[in-house]
Amino acid sequence: MIQVPDTYGRFGPFGGRYVPETLMNALLELEEAYNRYKDDPEFLDELNYLLAQYAGRPSPLYYAERLTKHLGGAKIYLKREDLNHTGSHKINNALGQALLAKRMGKKKVIAETGAGQHGVATATVAALLGMECKVFMGEEDTKRQKLNVFRMNLLGSEVVPVTSGTRTLKDACNETLRYWVSHVDDTYYILGSVTGPHPYPMMVRDFQRIIGVEAKEQLLKQEGRLPDVVVAAVGGGSNAMGIFHDFVGDESVRLIGVEAAGRGVDTDKHAATMTKGRPGVFQGSMSYVLQDEGGQVQEAHSISAGLDYPGIGPEHAYLKDTKRAEYVPITDAEALEALQLLSRQEGIIPALESSHAIAHTVKLAPTLPKDSIVVVSLSGRGDKDVEAIMPYLGGESQ
Amino acid sequence: MSTATANAIDTVFAELKAKGETALIPFLTMGDPDLNVSVELVQAAEAAGASMIELGVPYSDPLADGPVIQRASERALRQPIKLTDCMAVASEARRRGVRMPFILFTYFNPALQLGLERFFSLLQEHGFSGVIIPDLPLEEDAETRAIAERTGIHLIPLVAPTSEARVERIASKARGFVYCVSSLGVTGVRATFHEGIDSFLATVRRAASVPICVGFGISSREQAERFAGQCDGVIVGSAIVRKVEEALPQLTAEDETVHRAGVEAVQAFIADLKPRAKRA
Repeated sequence: MIQVPDTYGRFGPFGGRYVPETLMNALLELEEAYNRYKDDPEFLDELNYLLAQYAGRPSPLYYAERLTKHLGGAKIYLKREDLNHTGSHKINNALGQALLAKRMGKKKVIAETGAGQHGVATATVAALLGMECKVFMGEEDTKRQKLNVFRMNLLGSEVVPVTSGTRTLKDACNETLRYWVSHVDDTYYILGSVTGPHPYPMMVRDFQRIIGVEAKEQLLKQEGRLPDVVVAAVGGGSNAMGIFHDFVGDESVRLIGVEAAGRGVDTDKHAATMTKGRPGVFQGSMSYVLQDEGGQVQEAHSISAGLDYPGIGPEHAYLKDTKRAEYVPITDAEALEALQLLSRQEGIIPALESSHAIAHTVKLAPTLPKDSIVVVSLSGRGDKDVEAIMPYLGGESQ
Repeated sequence: MSTATANAIDTVFAELKAKGETALIPFLTMGDPDLNVSVELVQAAEAAGASMIELGVPYSDPLADGPVIQRASERALRQPIKLTDCMAVASEARRRGVRMPFILFTYFNPALQLGLERFFSLLQEHGFSGVIIPDLPLEEDAETRAIAERTGIHLIPLVAPTSEARVERIASKARGFVYCVSSLGVTGVRATFHEGIDSFLATVRRAASVPICVGFGISSREQAERFAGQCDGVIVGSAIVRKVEEALPQLTAEDETVHRAGVEAVQAFIADLKPRAKRA
C-alpha cells in the first residue's frame, strides 16, 4: 500500500492545495501544527479522554437482527455513530480540530455546515473549550434544519445564513473560506469533511478513522472475523473515510460509498458526484466534481442537506480510481423508504444521510450469503430530519 | 514553439517607466451584462487611459471574490458563457482597434477542463499577453507555468500580506508583474488596507525583478495615488464592476443614446481613477 497523501497532499492525482495565496501560509502552519501534535501523547490523552468521557466513545457496533431477518441475507451490523454526543460522527473531528486550534493559540473558530451536524458539533466543542464560534450555513439549509440552527444558537454560536449562489452547503463552504481569508490572523477553520485543501482531507480522515478502528475491533470480538462489506454514505465523505480507512489494507473487505442520487442520476436533480461527475478542482482540491462542460460547478440536489454537495473528498476519488472502493447512487425516495424501514424494524431513526447507506444495504444484503457480514456506518440520528421529512411522508403516515 | 518577440505587458511597463507613470489596470467581468457590452467596455477602458486590462471569466465558485464580483459572475452566468467566449472579447476588441495588453483572470477549473495546452494556445490565438489564476498557488503551478513559459504568456502570480517567506520564492519566478494583494480578504471596495502594507510592498519590491502592482480594494483615485509611488501599477476591479452594475439599466437599454450614456459613465469613472503622476 502506498502511503497517501504525499507531502503535497496528493492522493494519486487528487487532492492538493488550490487556494488563494492569502491562505497558503495558514494551511502550511496548520499542517505543521497537525504534524507536531498528531502523535503527541499529551494531545492524544486529552483527545481520547474527551472522546470517551464527553462524546461517549466507543460507539456500539450493533447487530441489527430484525433487519437482517427481514432482508434475509447477510448479517447486518450498525456502527452507532448516531449515539455520539451531538448525534453524529461529526463530534470526532470537531473535538480533534478544536484541541489543535487551542494549541495553536486560536480563540475563534469558524465552520461550514450543511445538515447542521457539523455546525452543532463545532458549536458544542467551542462551548466546551470557551471559544468564539461562527457557523456558515446556506439559507436554504437554515430553513430545512431550523432545529439545528436553534441548537447552535443555544450553544452560544452565531449562525450566518449564506445567501450567495445555491444557498446550500457548497456556498456555505465558499463563504467560510472567504471569511477565513479575511480573518486568517486569529481564526481557525474547523472544516467538517475530508474535503478542501491539504491538510484537511488527511487530518479529518485521521480524526474520523476511529470509527473503522473501533468497528474492526468490535467485530473481531463479536464475530471473530473481518466484515465482507463496509457501507457508508458519502457527501464530502468523512464518515465513509472514517470507517473505510482501517479496512483499506484488508483486501477481502469490499468498501462501498453511497452517494445521493436525489430524484435520479438521469435527472438534473442529484448529488451523484462519482456517478456523474468528472475530475476537476473545486474548493481547494482536485477530485470528482459535478460540473458542466466548461467547468462551472453545478448545483447538487438531495433530500439530505448533508449530502447535497457537488464535490467529494480527494481520497475517495483515489479509492475509486484505484478500484479499492465502489460508489453507488441511492435516490431520495429509496433513502426515505430505508429511514422508515430502520425506524420500524429496529427502533432506530437514522439521519437522512445515513438512510442512504441503509437503503443500499437493503438492496445488497439479500444478494449475499447468510454467513456474510455487512457493517453499515450509521453516521447520525434522524431527529433533526423529522420535521423536514414530514411533508414527504404525510400521505403515508398512520 | 518559442516566442522571441517581447511580451506586450513588458513593453507597456517599460514605456510607463520612461514617462514616470503608474499603470492603471481595470478589471471587468466578461458577459456582465452581455459579451457585446463587454467589448464596448474594454474599448471604453482604453479610451479612459487604461494601460492594460484584466478580463474576468465568470465562475460559479469565485472563492477569492467579494459580493460585487460574485453578483457580476451570477449575472453573467445567467446565459451560457464559456471560457472561449470570454477570450473572444479580447480578439473582438483588438479587431476594433484596442491596442493595450489583455490579461485573462480565471479560476483554475475552467482552464483545466479546456485542457491546459489548448487553454494557452487559445490565449495566444485571442491575443492575450498574460493570465492570472487566483486559486493556483506556487505549489500547484508547475505544469501551468511550463506551458506559459513555452507559449510566451505571462503567468502573473499573487502575493499577499500573509505570504511572508513565500514572497521571495513567488516574486523571483514572476512574469509580467507581481500582483500584490493589498489586504487580507476577498476582492472588494474597502476604506483601509492591511496595516503592514507599506513594508509588505517594499519587501515585494526588493524580491521582484518585474514590476509590482497593487490590487484588492482600490476604489478611488486618492487610493490609487496613495500607492502610485510604491508600485508600478494599480488594479481596480470591484469599484468598476459596481459602476457597471449601477449603469445596467442604461447598458441593457435598446435605445442607442441611452446605451452610449451607460458606456460613457463607466468610461468617465475609469478615467477618474487614473493616478495623476508618480510621486516617488
